[in-house]
Amino acid sequence: MEKAIRKYWPLFLLPTLAAFAIGFIWPFLWGIYLSFHKFTTISKTTFVGLDNYFKVFADSTFVDAFWFTAAFTVVSTVLINVLAFAIALALTRGLRGTNVFRTVFFLPNLIGGIVLGYIWQILLNGLLTNLGKPLLALDATYGFWGLIILMCWQQIGYMMIIYIAGLQNVPGDLIEAASIDGATSTQTLFKVKLPMVMPSITICTFLTLTNSFKLFDQNLSLTNGEPGKASQMLALNIYDTFYARSGAQWKGIGQAKAVVFFLLVVAIALIQLYFTRRKEVQQ
Amino acid sequence: MTKVYHDGAVSGARRAIDAALSVFLALLCIVWLYPVLLILHNSFKAELAISTSTVFALPTAETFVGFDNYVYGITQMNFLSSFGYSLVITVTSVLLILLCCSMCGWYITRVTGAVSRAMYLLCVFSMVVPFQMVMFTLSKTADSLRLNTPFNICIIYLGFGAGLAVFMFTGFMKSVPIAIEEAAMIDGCNPLQIFFKVVFPILKPTMISTAILETMWVWNDYLLPTLVLDIKQYRTIPMAIQYFRGSYGRVEMGPMMACIMITVLPIIIMYLVCQKYIIDGVIAGAVKG
Amino acid sequence: MKKIVALVIVACLCLALAISASADGAVYYLNFKPEQDTQWQELAALYTEQTGVPVTVVTAASGQYETTLMSEIEKSDPPTLFQVNGPVGLANWKDYCYDLSDSEIYKHLTNDSFALKDGDSVLGVAYVIETYGIIANTALLEKAGYTPEDITNFETLKAVADDIQARKDELGIDGAFTSAGMDGSSDWRFKTHLANMPIYYEYQADGIGSTEAIKGTYLDNYKQIWDLYITDSTCDPTLLASKTSNDALSEFVGGKAVFYQNGTWEWSNISELGEENVTMLPIYIGVEGEENQGLCTGTENYWCVNNTADQEDIDATLDFLNWVITSDEGRKSMSQDMGFVTPFDTFTGEYESTNPLVKIDAQYTAAGKTPVSWNFATIPSEEWKNALGSALTAYAAGTGDWAAVETAFVDGWATEYQLSH
Repeated sequence: MEKAIRKYWPLFLLPTLAAFAIGFIWPFLWGIYLSFHKFTTISKTTFVGLDNYFKVFADSTFVDAFWFTAAFTVVSTVLINVLAFAIALALTRGLRGTNVFRTVFFLPNLIGGIVLGYIWQILLNGLLTNLGKPLLALDATYGFWGLIILMCWQQIGYMMIIYIAGLQNVPGDLIEAASIDGATSTQTLFKVKLPMVMPSITICTFLTLTNSFKLFDQNLSLTNGEPGKASQMLALNIYDTFYARSGAQWKGIGQAKAVVFFLLVVAIALIQLYFTRRKEVQQ
Repeated sequence: MTKVYHDGAVSGARRAIDAALSVFLALLCIVWLYPVLLILHNSFKAELAISTSTVFALPTAETFVGFDNYVYGITQMNFLSSFGYSLVITVTSVLLILLCCSMCGWYITRVTGAVSRAMYLLCVFSMVVPFQMVMFTLSKTADSLRLNTPFNICIIYLGFGAGLAVFMFTGFMKSVPIAIEEAAMIDGCNPLQIFFKVVFPILKPTMISTAILETMWVWNDYLLPTLVLDIKQYRTIPMAIQYFRGSYGRVEMGPMMACIMITVLPIIIMYLVCQKYIIDGVIAGAVKG
Repeated sequence: MKKIVALVIVACLCLALAISASADGAVYYLNFKPEQDTQWQELAALYTEQTGVPVTVVTAASGQYETTLMSEIEKSDPPTLFQVNGPVGLANWKDYCYDLSDSEIYKHLTNDSFALKDGDSVLGVAYVIETYGIIANTALLEKAGYTPEDITNFETLKAVADDIQARKDELGIDGAFTSAGMDGSSDWRFKTHLANMPIYYEYQADGIGSTEAIKGTYLDNYKQIWDLYITDSTCDPTLLASKTSNDALSEFVGGKAVFYQNGTWEWSNISELGEENVTMLPIYIGVEGEENQGLCTGTENYWCVNNTADQEDIDATLDFLNWVITSDEGRKSMSQDMGFVTPFDTFTGEYESTNPLVKIDAQYTAAGKTPVSWNFATIPSEEWKNALGSALTAYAAGTGDWAAVETAFVDGWATEYQLSH
């Protein structure tokens, strides 16, 4: 059987592989190559060794963007997961209207990042004006919390769905047994439910973590990094370096920044893998 | 809210808490829907009646302009063609991804060997790589291969989006027993027939999940089409939304909000119609991804 | 399988089409001004109809011009015609600029100062001249008992504004000046256009045209006019940070304010007030002899032709530009539909602009007033403007002091100049 299929590889494997080569493998390798070069057009590249990488860390906008992104990632991950879990708990109680609630909470997730950013820009600017506060684009603190609110609005529904699925998988007799043993509801929550939905928590945590860390569209449309570059996150900073700064050196630095960014994302993914593996062993 | 009571016996206290919780959640739902409603009522207001301090005011007889903003947005900004391009790109890309990746996924689960292993690992790896890593080189590659129209950009989407899809299909295929396929082979089917007659129907649930995840990605994607597409001729919706700003900073708020509504409404309708599939798809995608 | 075959065929077809299309010269204009997008599209279609030369006009989304240009210029069909905003923009793009010294558009320039030069080569040619100042609602001014002629310098401007501000309830308005919004849609009016005044006077005093380190000689005057804008305003200074250009516009058009700093490009938005009710005053900042000062006139829109394009495309582009400034259709479109004042000698008689604000500018020039040139193109970077804008906002809101503005203005200039050179 295997042999028969193997003969058909041009049909089964080749299309995906070819597209994959065009859309991923080649650009990826080329990107790494270019990160060691200085260039404006790709026809004229000069090898500069690690120079671009040194400049990445000397560029204060990149370092600032990193801390902004890190703070944003931590705050949004915690907020989104706690709120999503809380709502999921409420929605697994068999309340009337649960379906309607679930539908509504999930809805924002389907709206694209750019559109989402504009919607919230209008709303938050209106709110800030009526409170007599500076607009989003003028104060990085408002920009930061604006992005957090936006991300919560978009992501809570998604995570809630996963938590609901997790909670529904908790066997009913387990909870019943706990209550017969005289466990209070708080005890049931922390001793029975939480350990049982641990896999969902791992998944959701890392989903929000990577989503927040790689955020681009929402950042672009909500604040576009204003004021100055104070609300610029890493992805936007890289884009900005590539396409908004002119000068021979910036393209190479931009590519080097992208490589650093990529390594950071890989690091997060490896930590996730470690946690997932450990869970699997325990269970 | 984090307190949950499971006392077994339905007590009055629990009922009261449930009622309070229902009310609270209902209020939260209204808050949740408010941003969309805000855009909706503003999209019916006259341009000069929309300023940051008056966005919360409902349209009055004076400021109500009916569907003027919609008409302007559609006619002036060529919004419908953007809608069409977005649709073409999404449909072709998702179909291509489903077809090619399911075939590829089946191949690498059923054929063991270095090639399959390498392909699988590469796919997993590609899911981690952020788009910024390849954006410059990918747009150069797409440009030199002329993969820059809504009709062939799906090849780029297949390339960059293959990872997740292949991963999902292989994840599912591993749990499907090989016996049926072997039976088909004994009946004289060639691998192509086996795949389309036997495997394809089995894959249906994964197909739907993958289709939903990929659709959400492609339809809303901004940066890839901005860099890759031939902007001389084509603009997708997320790109078009940006064009309501003038060079001296003025934003045509009315038409912009009208077009946001045109973009959001089909999504909401589609969501309400296929809610079950979408939610199941999300769960399946998350658990595997 | 069929699908794949079909796709491959489609891909090949597209490739073939793309190659055959670029055989003859073609024009690709990356336009900066979204307001004139429709007119350019129509003009392009008309030219193609008449000559068969394909002309594509793409307008970049606002604030995305540089990023769009950067991404497009790398592609295999790059823009053949793009624009820069002045010497600073030219420094970034001069490697891509075709020498226009033999071109018709350069020969038709009324004044050599409208060309951007690098040594002997002409790298950019201005295509629109714009003017800004303080737009005033004369009907409201008269209601308050004044005429535009009463305002001849900063002192009189302040006196009139203070008086109107004091009597705002009686006059049924919210303030003398529209809100000086510091939102991104409006802050360029102050961090760039208003900042031009102290830069202009310093350059005049020192007899220079650009500098690597600004001294800030006229910063006190800058403070005077900014104080006036934020005190005699429709709103409390603390609220300015959240005001947008739409807010200022609706205040002015709604008759809630008398003065509105903006330019000729704004006419279509305020035309409903009526030509007879609107005038434009020079921005007086209290410099000696400013009674002779006119409006601020200049340009930050220069055409550049891409020298990396194929020669036939470059030729096609130059032909197209020549047609735009010499043909009846082109001249009508630019002067009347787009409302531009152009620096070309072909725009005479019926092709002079009908924009009333432009006419007012002509009256000032005819009366012998000296126009204020646009020197903000010599500002070292966008960062400088942003830092100045933040300092102005903080000062207005009371959270920062004027010293911070001075630092941003003087020290920021030197720092940014070093960085970009």
